[in-house]
Amino acid sequence: MKKLMVAATTALALMAGGAQAQDRDLRIAFDVPYEPFEYRNDDGELTGFEVELAEAMCQEMQANCEFVIQAWDGMIPGLLARKFDLIMSSMSITEERAKRVNFSEPYYITPGGWFAPESFNTDVTDMAAMEGKTVGVQRGTTMDSYVTENMGGTVNIKRYTTAEDMVLDLEGQRLDVVFVDYPVGEQTILNREGFKEVGEPVKLGQGVGVAMRKRDRELADEVNAALKTLKEDGTYDAIMEKYFSYDIKI
Amino acid sequence: MPEFIVEWLNQNDIFTAMTLMEYWDGLVTTVHLVFLSLIIGLVVAVPLAILRTVKNPFVSGPIWLYTYLFRGTPLLIQLYIIYYGVAQIHGIQDSFWWEIFREPLYPALLAFTLNTAAYTTEIIRGAIVATPHGEIEAAKAYGMNWFLRMRRIILPSAARRAVQAYANEVIFMLHASAIASVVTIVDLTGAARNIYSRFYAPFEAFIFVALCYMALTFLLVFAFRKLEKRLLRHQRPVSS
Repeated sequence: MKKLMVAATTALALMAGGAQAQDRDLRIAFDVPYEPFEYRNDDGELTGFEVELAEAMCQEMQANCEFVIQAWDGMIPGLLARKFDLIMSSMSITEERAKRVNFSEPYYITPGGWFAPESFNTDVTDMAAMEGKTVGVQRGTTMDSYVTENMGGTVNIKRYTTAEDMVLDLEGQRLDVVFVDYPVGEQTILNREGFKEVGEPVKLGQGVGVAMRKRDRELADEVNAALKTLKEDGTYDAIMEKYFSYDIKI
Repeated sequence: MPEFIVEWLNQNDIFTAMTLMEYWDGLVTTVHLVFLSLIIGLVVAVPLAILRTVKNPFVSGPIWLYTYLFRGTPLLIQLYIIYYGVAQIHGIQDSFWWEIFREPLYPALLAFTLNTAAYTTEIIRGAIVATPHGEIEAAKAYGMNWFLRMRRIILPSAARRAVQAYANEVIFMLHASAIASVVTIVDLTGAARNIYSRFYAPFEAFIFVALCYMALTFLLVFAFRKLEKRLLRHQRPVSS
């Protein structure tokens, strides 16, 4: 009954439209921990890039936001079951997901980064020099597609299920260089001794967007408008610089 | 190729000539890996099984320990230890061993061979121990020495008893080889995983590969049935 009431209130609020959005309640779902996007700090408070961005967005939309913790597997089902209204948990925009949910404009994109041992001196964009090198990627990622499409015939590609296995093989000198999601590489490779970043990070895929129910079209318009304002008025940049040393803006 | 197959191939996104080639390469890798490890495993297992039946504990003890270790731990763990563990040994990258352990094929071959040899040793040992006393006594009465007895009486007789259990081991080995894909070998399963992750089509990718394994298994079962018939032909009724 309570659920029904909440749903009814949300529906009413939505029908009322943007003009009376003052006291609108929105529930936003995160899957924690996924540092530095959403995690609990030492005091147990929810924080991170996406959490702060969500807070700024709610302020911009003048909505009362409640943050919900939801495990990844139940994200889209939970959204569709109206347990929450928005997902802001690093959900990459893909065609498959777009069939079930409505995505906002992308609000961040993590680049793929090249990481290698200190001794590696090859230009990764120079195909002739890369000939015969062994490149590690995580299977099925945008990094995998990028290397397969652009360097498939030139380099020897090894595909791994987990980043840990790949890093072990980079350490064990079975791989010359890996191409991996930048934050993953930064955390698992760069903090080890003897490894460095090579070349420039490459932006891949369509980025990460806010996921909403398909029927909430007005909400999507508002979210897009709010994100656009944040990106333009410097709020976004300020939050980004707190968490990242590189550009993830899209 | 028949018209309808060509038409069907043109219609779907997943089973193009390119992905079928990937599956084919995977099939070749799987057969190569499994065949080699089974052959080497069998060659190693026969002498080990004989030594395992020797009464002297200093001979049979170490072999017991070996089979105990390799049958007592999952093959996946053994593969991880041999593939990732060895790469962590200090200085291995500069030794000649690295030629062997750099690529995933030899570590996988080593893990599979050691594993199947352990199981096969126990299968053959069981068959040797079960040799009827009468056969051995008769051989002794003929004046055969240990070696001749082993070659002419015990091993052929044990082979007949072991063949069914060994057929199972071969099929298990074929299916266990699917884990080779975790150390970046693109075997049948590796090809299926690559194709699955490219098209997000688990049913197509994995059902096709399951059918490939089934076809291989069918061939093995067929071959072993022929072999069994041959080995056990003395048990067949005279009339047939």
